[in-house]
Amino acid sequence: MNPAMNSALNPGMAPVATPWFFYALAALAVASGLAVITRRNAVHSALALIVTLLSVAGLYLMLYAPFVAGVQIIVYAGGIMVLFLFVIMLVNIERSSKDRQFNRMWPVGLAAACALMALFVSAIAKGNKLLFPDRGMTLPEGTNTQEIANMLYGEAGKMGQYTFAFEIASLLLLVAILGAVIMTKKKI
Amino acid sequence: MVPITTLHYLVVAAALFVLGVIGVLTRRNVVIVLMSIELILNAVNLNLVAFSRMWGNLHGQVFSIFITVDAAAEAAVGLGILIAFFRNKETVNVDEIDLLKW
Repeated sequence: MNPAMNSALNPGMAPVATPWFFYALAALAVASGLAVITRRNAVHSALALIVTLLSVAGLYLMLYAPFVAGVQIIVYAGGIMVLFLFVIMLVNIERSSKDRQFNRMWPVGLAAACALMALFVSAIAKGNKLLFPDRGMTLPEGTNTQEIANMLYGEAGKMGQYTFAFEIASLLLLVAILGAVIMTKKKI
Repeated sequence: MVPITTLHYLVVAAALFVLGVIGVLTRRNVVIVLMSIELILNAVNLNLVAFSRMWGNLHGQVFSIFITVDAAAEAAVGLGILIAFFRNKETVNVDEIDLLKW
């Protein structure tokens, strides 16, 4: 941990965003998340997912993570969702939107998901103030990108804490590129 | 007005996660199942960034970037499988993908 991180607790700047921002963004994220799993047309689902991703990016900004918010908008909303829309265009959407939308076992799936929700609620309620104390931290936003770069690439000629993991991630992306190309080609 | 704490973010992330799980378990369209997986990964990302703020360091944010990389790889491979499958069977419904079922 480098010394710049210790200035994370500067009390000088009061956060600009009010709780109303949080409630609006959270409601938008959950409502469009609901739209993703209920729409008949896959294009509508994709557009609702873009709204969810953008409002989650807004929540990242409220959590003092501007770099992650930018990555979310550029990579998720800009890259992955375009990929999804292209694939929706390639597969036959006309026929599948007239089909039954939910599978035959949907009550079981819904019950399992409700059980999971109950588990989450009880875990959050049990761990209330002990596991998740509210320290009201203000992370430095101006040096956020630099700090993340120091952790990923290392600083002053030394390897960072996550440099090795970063290289492994690049290898994972290479494997994914090869896999996608090989699987979508008709003849290799 | 109560200030927004880590708990608030955990509740939002739990809601998004459960919505994603419902989508994976109940929908038939493979494209929407893959989008639900993206919802789940986003809920995890939101948790990590919230914890990153709670502890006052950036490890959570770095992890959330790794999960974004993972989501990109997963989407590319998943959609590649979907296109290869659609070419063979002309369907995008998960319950018609049953070649391994006896």
